[in-house]
Amino acid sequence: MTRPASSTVVLALLRAQLRLELRTFESLPAMCLFSVTAFLLFHFGLDVDSLSGNLASGVLWVTLLLAALLAINRVYVADAEQGGFDAFVLSPAERSTLLLAKMLVLLIYLAVVELVAVPAFAILLLEPSLWQALPSMLGALVLGNLGIAVIGALVGALAVRTQARDLLGPLVSLPLLVPVLLGVARWTAPLFDAPRAGAVALRWPLVLALYDAIFGLIAFALFDFLLED
Amino acid sequence: MSAVALRALTRRYGERTALAELTLSLETGQTLAVLGPNGAGKTTLLRLLATLLRPHDGELEVLGHRLPADGWLVRGRLGLLAHEPMLYRELTVRENLRLQAKLHGVAPARIEELLAAVALDRRGNEPLRTLSRGLVQRAAICRTLLHEPELLLLDEPYANLDPAARQIVEPLIGRSSGRTRVIVSHDPQAAVNEADLVLGLSRGRSVFIAAPAELDDGALARLYE
Repeated sequence: MTRPASSTVVLALLRAQLRLELRTFESLPAMCLFSVTAFLLFHFGLDVDSLSGNLASGVLWVTLLLAALLAINRVYVADAEQGGFDAFVLSPAERSTLLLAKMLVLLIYLAVVELVAVPAFAILLLEPSLWQALPSMLGALVLGNLGIAVIGALVGALAVRTQARDLLGPLVSLPLLVPVLLGVARWTAPLFDAPRAGAVALRWPLVLALYDAIFGLIAFALFDFLLED
Repeated sequence: MSAVALRALTRRYGERTALAELTLSLETGQTLAVLGPNGAGKTTLLRLLATLLRPHDGELEVLGHRLPADGWLVRGRLGLLAHEPMLYRELTVRENLRLQAKLHGVAPARIEELLAAVALDRRGNEPLRTLSRGLVQRAAICRTLLHEPELLLLDEPYANLDPAARQIVEPLIGRSSGRTRVIVSHDPQAAVNEADLVLGLSRGRSVFIAAPAELDDGALARLYE
């Protein structure tokens, strides 16, 4: 028995998932709407129109992280409810290809949401100019998204096979995402200082990259067992 | 050569035993009909053979490989037609089959060949959710046969199919397909008619395993009492 090329399988799974999202719009609009609404709530709830430093960074990342939970909870639902899991397990494809495809799906979702959410955040809440912070912020977005995607793809697979998936997803994801939140929030806080506080400490990008790498390895090691009976 | 060999196979769900110490052997090219009332363990048996469930006790060999250890060597050589079509409702029939073809490393030409064989080629670009149950069952049959499996595991294969549709799919999944088959059915007489071996299950236990000619007149009736 020969296995199909993993890259072909990943691309096929990714294409199918994106098609499903484009036809149902179950995740992306909800994520975007949640992010913008949360910024509005902070805007009016805190009665401020300009945040900076740690507070600005915390508000941005907590909002993005909570928006990501919406997708983490939904990313395997069609597979579980319509037999996609079984059809995948019955194929000779490497099981980790499903994890990789779901990670890519979550990365794409997060990138799209950030295209909407980050400008909304800048307009509604951020005191310093977004344009100054943006080049250095891109690295934080990439590594932060990667961490969320890795943890989300793993926890989503675990949660969707339980009856309490809506509860289990956030309950398991959030503690695991604390180091990601810590890394990105501390990384971007100096970028949101007004006036700018200077260089970003190298420590937080390294912590984040290390956490992403470790969790990525754990996810690939555990994923096969999650698909087992 | 045995296509399927079970020795004291047992599977439990929590405290409940779904299948208890089942032993049987099915030769390549033969058809096994699995009969029994609801909850007898028929679907559990199919899912064990399909590698979707792990046995708790006993030995299970499919297509010459021990399960669950060699599961990946068997997947791709068997086709499971279950209650659920295992296809995405929002994707078209062709999109679903293209995805399955990639998962199995099958050339796209096979999709058109199968769609034509089940007379679904004209409806292939419609989303699954818009099709009738009978047409969805035909699409599921295409998915099951896409990779030309040696062993067919069929759970109510003719469900939702009208007589004309049954005739269409018969050469693909019926006796004339020449494949080794395990058929679960609630139509005992029809299943017995196309079987080489009949397994009667009740509450997870084997009531009889016999060739159709060896079954006495009341065996089937007693199974469902």
